[in-house]
Amino acid sequence: MNDIALSLDTVWMLLAAMLVFFMQPGFALCEAGFTRSKNTANILFKNFVDFMFGSLLFWFIGFGFMFGSDGAGFIGAPNFGDLSFYRGDLPVEGFLIFETVFCATSATIVSGAMAERTKFSMYVIYSAIISLVIYPIEGHWTWGGGWLCNDATDGFMMQTFGDAFHDFAGSAIVHSVGGVLALIGAMALGARRGKYAKDGSSRAIPGHSLTLAALGVFILWMGWFGFNPGSQLAASGAVNRIAISHVFLTTNLAAAAGGVATMFITWLKYRKPSFSLTLNGVLAGLVGITAGCDLVSPAGAVAIGLVCGTVLVFSIEFIDHVLHIDDPVGASSVHGVCGILGTLMTGLFSTSNGAFYGHGWGFFGAECFGILVIDLWAAMCGGLLFFGIKAIHGLRVPARIEDEGLDVYEHGELCYNS
Amino acid sequence: MKKIEAIIRKTKFEEVKEALLSSDIDWFEYHDVHGIGQSRQERIYRGVQYSTDVIERVAMTIVCRDQFVEPTVKVIIDTAHTGEIGDGRIFVSEMIDTWSIRTGEHGDTVLRDKK
Repeated sequence: MNDIALSLDTVWMLLAAMLVFFMQPGFALCEAGFTRSKNTANILFKNFVDFMFGSLLFWFIGFGFMFGSDGAGFIGAPNFGDLSFYRGDLPVEGFLIFETVFCATSATIVSGAMAERTKFSMYVIYSAIISLVIYPIEGHWTWGGGWLCNDATDGFMMQTFGDAFHDFAGSAIVHSVGGVLALIGAMALGARRGKYAKDGSSRAIPGHSLTLAALGVFILWMGWFGFNPGSQLAASGAVNRIAISHVFLTTNLAAAAGGVATMFITWLKYRKPSFSLTLNGVLAGLVGITAGCDLVSPAGAVAIGLVCGTVLVFSIEFIDHVLHIDDPVGASSVHGVCGILGTLMTGLFSTSNGAFYGHGWGFFGAECFGILVIDLWAAMCGGLLFFGIKAIHGLRVPARIEDEGLDVYEHGELCYNS
Repeated sequence: MKKIEAIIRKTKFEEVKEALLSSDIDWFEYHDVHGIGQSRQERIYRGVQYSTDVIERVAMTIVCRDQFVEPTVKVIIDTAHTGEIGDGRIFVSEMIDTWSIRTGEHGDTVLRDKK
């Protein structure tokens, strides 16, 4: 490959990695804004834990699990900090950074759903396990060259569905895994004190700053311009410059459509447009488009955004009012439900092999099967992890600490001092 | 010498303040207060409808000589009035004595008398 072209690709990959890294403060602010001021230092700290532990563990072992060589395509060999196994055109250290920020994104989704009541020490254990095992292994099945994305004609996916599983930037691999873990984590924890009245009705626990939440969502929106277009992993040449531009556009359109859908649905449903839910709606559109941002048309991206923004409102209500799972920031709906939806809709809206464009249902079948396998893996790991910790040690802080705030008892530091 | 306590709408505070300063009052204290009453405000947060009964108001405390009580009360009523439920309340009570910390004088003559 042309040397200049490879440099250009590397710069684009590293720039995108920076943008994806900046999604960490996006998540941190979003989660801080949607929760109460007595727990702000704690929630910010958890976002740091996700990135600190994720960086170290993914470099040392996770990267090998995900991209290391193996026989059957199920798990790579752990690398123990040795990067020399990697065979690719891009510099391995840059590629590791790029993959690290994706791993940390998956990890950090969970902190919002488990906000305001989780023991910090137990959260550290969860955060280490997702970066060490849960994410790298399903990542190996897909982006690591494993069996789900194997497009060799004699591979299992091609034999069964006539198409391999496709998740361009991680609706399934990153977001739905984070979302499923978030749901199970919140389920294992139980609701925050005072969230549900004795008759089972849901109570509002307003977050302390919609300003922070809005800034967080804007930052995430920007970060997504690294997340999706960066996943092309190349910028040089006509094919790549057209591809990353296309992905930029589909990503932005889906975000806008997601927000618009949520705004109008809440306007109809509650007689007032809900800002806090519209913030989630934008993220719903972004999560939804992530899987198919390279394959769908701009109009298809708008459709995906509208569906995700609409379903989001009902999903948040269902999880809160019917399932009685307390997810303070809506992570399980945004990342879980819309991650699954986005993956499935890739099978419908893909212009090259989707069902809506007359290419049959094979690719849709591959997407259904892929998301099922990935999320069953996440659910199984999450169940073992969270219910295991709950049984052995307890996942939750005592009631008094929850009432007075995690900041002062877990850390001895308040976020806001007068 | 009397103490006048007025609980008024936050939105009326600037108007009442200007009116008081341009009448006989050169000093008063105020603070934000939260009250609980019969009125409810409907709110929605993340798909959960709820009503809050917390009412936010400003409470102001004015100490003045007897002859200024009536004009001061009138100023407050005139400026803080909207006619809607929730305009507020004024309480007047007796003050026994006051001292000036700077001069050590006491009695209601310590309060400045512009007129």
